[in-house]
Amino acid sequence: MPDAAPSSTISVSLTLNGRAVTVEVPVIERLLDTLRYQLNLPGTKEGCGEGECGACTVYLDGLPVCACLVPTFQANGRDVRTIEAIAPESLKPMLESGATQCGACTPGVVMTACWAREHPEILKTHTMRELMAGNLCRCTGYDGIIDGMEKMIPGASALRAGRDTRQKDRHP
Amino acid sequence: MTRLEGLAKLTGAERYVDDLPADAGLGLGPCLWGMTVRSPAPRGRIKDIRFGSGVDWNSGFTVVHHRDIPGPNIVYLIEHDQPVLAGTYTRHIHEAVLLIAHEDREMVRRAVREVQVIVDPDEPALDFKAQPTPAQLQVGPDNILKHLTINKGDVESALRSAPHIIEGVYETGAQEHVYIECNGMIGWVDPQGVVCVKGSMQCPYYVLNALKHPLDRDASQVRVIQTPTGGGFGGKEDYPSIIALHAALLAMKAGRPVKMIYDRAEDMQATTKRHPALIRHRTGVDSRGRLLAQQIDVLMDAGAYVTLSPVVLSRGIIHAAGPYFCENVRIDGKATLTNSVPYGAFRGFGAPQTIFACERHMDVIADRLGLDPIEFRRINLIQDGQTTATGQVIKPHPPAKGTDRIALMDRALAESNWRDKQHRHAAFNATHTHLRRGLGLATFWHGAGFTGSGEVYLNSKVHVAGLPDGRVEVRIASTEMGQGTTTIMTQIAADRLGLPRHQVTVATPDTTTCPNSGPTVASRTAMVVGGLVEKACDDLARRLSLEGPKPGSHVTTAIKFWHKANKGELLGQSTYEPPPGVKWDESTYKGDAYGTYGWAAYVAEVEVDLRTYQTRVLDLVAAQEVGNIINPTLARGQIQGGVVQAIGWALMEEFVWKNGAMANSQLTNYIIPTSDDVPLIRVVFIENPYPHGGKGAKGIGELPMDGPAPAIANAIASALRDMRIQPNRLPITAERLMESIEQSSAQEPAHA
Repeated sequence: MPDAAPSSTISVSLTLNGRAVTVEVPVIERLLDTLRYQLNLPGTKEGCGEGECGACTVYLDGLPVCACLVPTFQANGRDVRTIEAIAPESLKPMLESGATQCGACTPGVVMTACWAREHPEILKTHTMRELMAGNLCRCTGYDGIIDGMEKMIPGASALRAGRDTRQKDRHP
Repeated sequence: MTRLEGLAKLTGAERYVDDLPADAGLGLGPCLWGMTVRSPAPRGRIKDIRFGSGVDWNSGFTVVHHRDIPGPNIVYLIEHDQPVLAGTYTRHIHEAVLLIAHEDREMVRRAVREVQVIVDPDEPALDFKAQPTPAQLQVGPDNILKHLTINKGDVESALRSAPHIIEGVYETGAQEHVYIECNGMIGWVDPQGVVCVKGSMQCPYYVLNALKHPLDRDASQVRVIQTPTGGGFGGKEDYPSIIALHAALLAMKAGRPVKMIYDRAEDMQATTKRHPALIRHRTGVDSRGRLLAQQIDVLMDAGAYVTLSPVVLSRGIIHAAGPYFCENVRIDGKATLTNSVPYGAFRGFGAPQTIFACERHMDVIADRLGLDPIEFRRINLIQDGQTTATGQVIKPHPPAKGTDRIALMDRALAESNWRDKQHRHAAFNATHTHLRRGLGLATFWHGAGFTGSGEVYLNSKVHVAGLPDGRVEVRIASTEMGQGTTTIMTQIAADRLGLPRHQVTVATPDTTTCPNSGPTVASRTAMVVGGLVEKACDDLARRLSLEGPKPGSHVTTAIKFWHKANKGELLGQSTYEPPPGVKWDESTYKGDAYGTYGWAAYVAEVEVDLRTYQTRVLDLVAAQEVGNIINPTLARGQIQGGVVQAIGWALMEEFVWKNGAMANSQLTNYIIPTSDDVPLIRVVFIENPYPHGGKGAKGIGELPMDGPAPAIANAIASALRDMRIQPNRLPITAERLMESIEQSSAQEPAHA
């Protein structure tokens, strides 16, 4: 693929964490880089750059996506929310359960976990472990994360019980 | 107490090296972006470096060549064989050859693609298990970089008279750390001319030492600062010295701060990994199942440079005979040079490899003799008063009681519901069309802190400062990388001085303000450095004329008063002193290899799907005695995270090699466990305070890396008992398991 000339830029207007923002970006720039290096929102992390680890999870029109896979121009006219928009006090259960260690995967983990909190009906069809499988964590072994989510999402255990057959198999 | 920086991490407010503003807060203008041009070949003479015409090389590029290094072109570690930048010869693919910086990141990426390194190839040694051909010889007569032996008793004659001799060959693969934050470093020269770096690292003083010589500066002209570090696992023990040198060299030449941030592919291809190993056991056993003699040969792939391989090998062989008593032991360890990317520190540091072999072999022996693997271990587990392979007498540390390793094993078995599950698995396996279930056990140990006299040589120092506002600041070079150093040290200092925890802070590791408390490795921080923090707190209290164990709120008042009456710094200090009675002879490998050990028994329950050959861990019980637990949430997290990392090593993390390079250097095809691949890891702590550790702690971080792989392999062997499958090679991927099942069924007629 021929390299685009660095001078070719495009103007992108989006709603970022509730505020209207316009940025001038190279046409090939990733939303992840625009957020981190242009818009001073480095809370969103890069882990793999190819949509495997989920560290760069943001909401695009309310859906969790990997910001490393979204060209910034595709965010034009859309609503983007980042980790900086999450209310810190709501994360206390995650803190208490040991959901974060090194913290590099954590903003992405929190974005997915908070999305589940806003859409608890997803837990009728998916286990939390299935839901979190797009967020790689190398420190916690995941239990601290799952534990925190169970405490953070009202009624999570009840929603989960009907679906998690593997868990049942494990501890009959 | 919850993790101190936890909320900052959860909200994305924590600032890692790549999160700093464009000028990194230095006020020296925006950082340039630095990148590395790497060797395209595993071995050969560098004939030429060609600069393509795709970029305008006069448009603000800084290029650093090996000739720009003011001092010796050497990365100072154990040996002096590794260059900062390859000059005329390259010894591994992806070795750094040239550095380029530019203010536009995209421009520097292009420039790197425009540079061609021309190598006149020599024949590389790429298989550490094969005898090198004459053309592959690079060190001595056999490419062996380090040879270590442990001798106890008379193995030859014990083997001659043993009623049973059981042999086994075990192999473990490389493993990539996959810390989620890749390596990154910023280098600059401050207005006083001091060369500074800050970035992701485990060991600021390793970096300081590495910078001094090649940059031709003494320690006062070099400064190293740690930024919040997004995981290390050993991967940021030695490698950050190299990226720090690169960033510093670029910054010195450019006269501007330079930031180097690896992407995932570069980090996986160019940085260190876990040493692959081949281990042979030849064991003499009597008819009741007592170990009579253990002959163990350990071969590790060191890669292209020595790096930390001699000490990895050392820890590997010391753990190779397992936590068992045997009168006659001979362990022969070799680390061999190949033209692979150098292997380095990784959680467990050689012990997971040898413990895998040992624990797998214990089950092989039990199976061969028709013994229950539990009863076989019950007979042989080391007891207080007995000696290890190095002749170390295992004994309690008064006033603490001794560790009952059999009780620990029984606890893990009870917790896992072993007997009941065994019966149920037998019924399940007899009737199920394609699923097979099994249980596996591993009993093991991990030496805490540096090996042998290592801690004495480190001579670690700690300061605890009383600040003018009455608060206390812990100054150590031990780093927080997710394992909890900041929180634990705050707890230790606050409890020692009787202060509320908000009155204690832990300083950012910075070599200008924090003394060298040693590297953040070897499960030593809470135990060794924590102990030193307690002593420095006592020293501070003494300087304030406050006696007694918990002076409490008097401390704050006394500190404020001291500053009113005195000028300068109020520092409590401490320096490492070995626990009494620890003796180690480096020349004979005899004596107390470690001041103490963590002890553990893990049980894995697996399910193998005979349609897909995939193994799923259904349950894992991790029971251990690691001294006192300072922070239950953090300790549990260390165990659970280590176990899951070990499950990855055991079942899925496989390297694909192509001409010495990692071909699957992406998280798309180097597979690590997700939340859905692992069960809840059930953690059991048996607490037994260690009197010489901070708040009674022993090392904890590496232990969980040791046990899961053999427990899982033993469980697979048990699940597939009818097929006589021997899962002796890691990782036990679906493909490998399929091959061994097919081979086993092909051989069946021959056995019949």
